[in-house]
Amino acid sequence: MSRSTQPPVRRVNLQGTPRQGPPATVQQANGAARIQSSTATLTSPPQPSPLESLLQEMRQHTWQRGPLSMLGANFGSAVEALIANSMRSLLTALGIFIGVAAVIAALTLTQGTSAYVSQQVASLGDSVIVGPGTAQSNGVSQGSGTLSTLTLQDAEAIGQLPHVKAESPFIDTSAQVVYGSQNWNTTIEGVNTQVQSMQNWTVAQGSWFSANDAQFGTPVAVLGATVYHSLFDASGANPIGKQILIGSETFRVVGVLAPQGGGFTQDNVIFVPIRAAQIRLNNTNYVDQIQVQVDDPANVNQVAQEITVLLQQRHHIASGATNDFQVTTFTFILQRIGQTTAILTYLLVGIAAISLTVGGIGIMNIMLVSVTERTWEIGIRMAIGATRGDIRNQFLIEALVLCLVGGVIGLGLGLLVGMIVTHLANLPFVVTATSVALPFVVSASIAVIFGLYPAIRASRLDPIEAIRTEE
Amino acid sequence: MATEDAKTPQRGPSPMSPGIPPTIDEQPTQPEWAVGQKPVPTDITKQATVPHATNTVASQADETITITSGQQGKPVIDVRHLAKTYVLGKTLVPALRDVTLKVYPGEFVVVLGPSGSGKSTFMNLIGCLDRPTSGEYWLMGRLVSKMSSDELANIRNRLIGFVFQGFNLLSRASALKNVELPMIYAGVPAREREIRARKALSLVGLGNRLHHKPSELSGGQQQRVAIARALVNGPAVLLADEPTGNLDSRTSVEIMAVLQELNEQGLTIVLVTHDLNVAAYGKRQVSFFDGRLVRDEVVTNRRIALDEWNKLHAQAEAQPAQIGGQQP
Repeated sequence: MSRSTQPPVRRVNLQGTPRQGPPATVQQANGAARIQSSTATLTSPPQPSPLESLLQEMRQHTWQRGPLSMLGANFGSAVEALIANSMRSLLTALGIFIGVAAVIAALTLTQGTSAYVSQQVASLGDSVIVGPGTAQSNGVSQGSGTLSTLTLQDAEAIGQLPHVKAESPFIDTSAQVVYGSQNWNTTIEGVNTQVQSMQNWTVAQGSWFSANDAQFGTPVAVLGATVYHSLFDASGANPIGKQILIGSETFRVVGVLAPQGGGFTQDNVIFVPIRAAQIRLNNTNYVDQIQVQVDDPANVNQVAQEITVLLQQRHHIASGATNDFQVTTFTFILQRIGQTTAILTYLLVGIAAISLTVGGIGIMNIMLVSVTERTWEIGIRMAIGATRGDIRNQFLIEALVLCLVGGVIGLGLGLLVGMIVTHLANLPFVVTATSVALPFVVSASIAVIFGLYPAIRASRLDPIEAIRTEE
Repeated sequence: MATEDAKTPQRGPSPMSPGIPPTIDEQPTQPEWAVGQKPVPTDITKQATVPHATNTVASQADETITITSGQQGKPVIDVRHLAKTYVLGKTLVPALRDVTLKVYPGEFVVVLGPSGSGKSTFMNLIGCLDRPTSGEYWLMGRLVSKMSSDELANIRNRLIGFVFQGFNLLSRASALKNVELPMIYAGVPAREREIRARKALSLVGLGNRLHHKPSELSGGQQQRVAIARALVNGPAVLLADEPTGNLDSRTSVEIMAVLQELNEQGLTIVLVTHDLNVAAYGKRQVSFFDGRLVRDEVVTNRRIALDEWNKLHAQAEAQPAQIGGQQP
């Protein structure tokens, strides 16, 4: 192909159709200018010219500029512009992406932690624990719980107090448990019948031991899920009515509990009647502690006070003397746990917010560069009829698309990180509507906050100056 | 051909110049003008306007236009005593002084003048890209000189088609998308946009290059896309600012042929140039100097681009070696 200075369209006819006909003369109306043209047959006088009919057609505007149609057009041009600068767009969106991912991961983590804490709160928040006092030997404390002072009667008396929903004396011991060839070392809890409701146990097979069993100390046992699996999975036998050995004593299985889960060891337990534990396992008349459930967490302190007064009377403790028991509540501990979780949340969200701000500044920076780069384009758009609002919206939507893309990918990554970490930490994985909606709100706000200034700057450009700038 | 007379008026008013434009004296037909003049009583405008008061009456120019162009009907563009003064620091720079002009449907007006003559300022005002300091601008019977910037955007969109020296097409978008752009701002639905854009591109002979990007088109083709874009909302007037400034002489002839053809078919065109050769393609020539309209005349020895183009074509065929067997 030889090089030529001719433009390739040299032969393209003005009408896009082959030229035809003999030379013709077009005269202007006044004759002042005579136009002699060899191809002026293009205009045929009687009918309107193709241009006139086209212009007439195009002047017919039955449409209104709707906000939605402009939104669609702006969205299209925004996506076009972002794809044209795809590498830059990607890096800019990365700032938002990392920020949102951090927010979501932080939220998932703290929500998992607080869900775990509230599980504990549900079981501890309304409870009062009465333990034995501290033995003093020649003025030296022997350590907490070294006295044996609490009795079954104390527990029953506490049960009579107002606001007490349930109570149970406890004896904790551990022993070797044997069924057939299977044996297992586990915790044995001597309790009464109220523990089932206090600790929200569900019976999977059989039943909890009866009030009669509790009163008379019948050697019956309710197995936790872990113990049941350890003893009976090998033989596959129905555990109900089977005899097992706890230590050297024979107990009959009356019930098996559904697992409480949560990855804790609370299913590795056997519940027996408190009197059976006293007589057959520990050989004592005392109990290790008394757990009390209050009707409302708000009454916990009042009940604790009443228990103290009651036990002082029952144990004949003179005023001013040291109590031979301890009354413990969890209110303070729970408050501290709640505070710690809140501080953790603030910390993580604060770090994420800083990261998002940095991302937002990145957006603003890129949008400013983009406005400067495209001054010329803005000039054209204004010249052909874009209002200042149109230009502003175009750049705002560009920032919005950038941020939302970053936000959506960030949400995905944040959830993934949250899922992995909570799984590793054995915490519940909680996804709330907030944590899904948040990235959209946050990235949209960032787009508006950091995109508005460049967008307004674009819309305030002088079209005359803007057109003059070189591409 | 335009003569060298355009250079005669040097400073201040020049009573000798034949085509001196209308001046500031109160006209019974334009009572609004006096009101429009009031807000800007700067020293410069006074200087500029007072001597003019002794000049020819405004109606003369109007009459001349009517006679020479032989056009009937209401003017597309009706500019009355238009002035534009820029403020540079503390000095007032008058870019345009007291310009009165009417352009009727079907005219091909060339605005001629050296740089600094005010022709670009005039073009910006006519194109509704800027607002005058004083005076009135009526476009299709609407007083646009008092409109808000959003209203002006709408006027630019519906009534004015721009063709620029540098084509000013969006490089990312195809020819079709570029031509669709003004219709987006007019609220035309997508399907209708495409139909119209195709028609407009066929009209300028680019029906087979709809999906080419500007970088895949020659300069002449790009300018045709720009012309199609200018036409697509059915403008009342096509404003061309040095449309051949970036083109070689052959392509310039080609583009001028397109513009002349569009004009023959009834389109009103206002072309701004500093080039006397380009100016000779128009039907009427108005010359600016020092911000004033100093000459308004009919082009007598008009150049016909299509004839020139055919001649060039014939030459090229007579010397096939030069164009190296280029196919149509």
